Amino acid sequence: MQYLPVLLQVIVAIGFAAAALIFSVLLGKSGRRNPTKDSPYECGMLPIGGPQPRFAVKFYIVAMLFILFDLEVVFMYPWAVAFRDFSLKFGGSTILWSMISFIGIVTVGYAYAIKKGVLNWGRQDVEKSN
Amino acid sequence: MNFIDLLKRIPEICKTPETLPLEGKKLILDFVTWLGSLVGIAVPPWVLTLVNILVVIVAIIAVFLIMFALMSVWERKILARAQNRYGPNRVGPWGLFQPVADGIKMLTKEDIVPRNADKVVHFIAPIVMLVPALILPVLLPYGRGMVAIDLSVGILFFFAVGAGSEVAIFLAGWSSRNKYSILGAMRAIAQMISYELPLVMSAVIVALVAGTLSPTGIVEAQGGYQFGFFPNWFVFTPWGFVACVLFYFSALAESNRSPFDLPEGESELVAGHLTEYSGFKYALFFMAEYVGMFAINGLLVTLFLGGYQAPLPFLTFIPSWCWFFIKLAFLAFSLVWVRATMPRFRIDQMMQFAWKFMLPMSFAALFSAAAWHYAGRGLLGWGISAVLVAIPYFALGYFCFTRHHSADNRRYLFSE
Repeated sequence: MQYLPVLLQVIVAIGFAAAALIFSVLLGKSGRRNPTKDSPYECGMLPIGGPQPRFAVKFYIVAMLFILFDLEVVFMYPWAVAFRDFSLKFGGSTILWSMISFIGIVTVGYAYAIKKGVLNWGRQDVEKSN
Repeated sequence: MNFIDLLKRIPEICKTPETLPLEGKKLILDFVTWLGSLVGIAVPPWVLTLVNILVVIVAIIAVFLIMFALMSVWERKILARAQNRYGPNRVGPWGLFQPVADGIKMLTKEDIVPRNADKVVHFIAPIVMLVPALILPVLLPYGRGMVAIDLSVGILFFFAVGAGSEVAIFLAGWSSRNKYSILGAMRAIAQMISYELPLVMSAVIVALVAGTLSPTGIVEAQGGYQFGFFPNWFVFTPWGFVACVLFYFSALAESNRSPFDLPEGESELVAGHLTEYSGFKYALFFMAEYVGMFAINGLLVTLFLGGYQAPLPFLTFIPSWCWFFIKLAFLAFSLVWVRATMPRFRIDQMMQFAWKFMLPMSFAALFSAAAWHYAGRGLLGWGISAVLVAIPYFALGYFCFTRHHSADNRRYLFSE
């Protein structure tokens, strides 16, 4: 029941977007089509090459690193919520040290990634690390 | 109960601006009950619950869409002033009706879909973009007791829903079958996931100190005044200041605003993932970006700037919900100011800034906040956490940015 407003909000938002698009179809002008207009937009030049260029592997590496760190941060949420009550109830800094050790392990991976030059995006940086 | 009584209540409600939105909602509910009695039936409770929710939702959507309309003209005005010109001033007084004219223009434009495009996905992408952006504002507390959904995991839910816009951007870029679109989408995703880490980390820091993930709870934790006049906002502690600055820049990057607008860098990528969009689909993307921007800055107000709390004790006569929107308007102005001032980042600078500077700084701010907590949350803690934040700041600044970036001697070529 707590999430009922979210569901209603989704319905209202989809309704709003769909209604706006339908309105624009009804009100909008429909011009004639021709091959030039149908082609992908490249600032008026004839399109060169295919529509899907090859991508640098850097994008995928960043995505993998993101998954690693995002999971780490999501693990930290319950810890952070429990931190205050735990430390006030039991005193001591056990809860802090346990998180420091966890972050330490991930930091080793982070340092390795930096050492390998994974996060260097500039041309000069890449040449240097090779 | 009759209609005259309901009308009589309106001036009474207006006397206490603090509770005006809540009382207004009650008035609408009573109006529905009165409508039911007019027809001769007792309105069932589930209808009242539904109306209760819908009134809030429609009000929030309306407020945010009006803010979007005003912002679109305000932004152009400020940018114009920054560049020593007038900006829009032809449609209506001070150009205030410019958004209406823009809306009509967008509605009547031809909607061009390229022949090779994946038509279904091309149609869905703007809707997928708009829906998460419109859910986000529902989670924020606007005033005392004024929160549409008071979730105990509000902050986490906010980020989970907010990540939906990344999917929409990739749908848009992929379905257009245009190499600039897909390049722009890939860049946008790389940028948004890189800056999501400092963004989410800064929220972890606040959750650690406040001990809750509920936005209302976090605002309440910042209530009260130190020494009778100094607000207890998190931005005024060293760790909070660092987290706030990190959050601000991550929010800039998340909403693809200048100087982080590489995905739409017109000198390189035409318009990024928006290249093949025209007509009202483009307007929906634009709308979603602005509403998302307001929402994430509203979260910044909630987390660090004390939400609906007044900055000084004698200013509490201004209603709490006004304070929220005053702070939000100030942040919106600062965003335009940044756009008018800063040049665009280069992609390698942007990625290095996220991964090598902001991420370690956010961890430093986390430990600084923990130290502040252990030192008793007083002046001693303030000093210790300031030192704990300053050391990594200067160390990272020294190692990350000064060493590699001494430019090579410039070699002059050809025409030069």
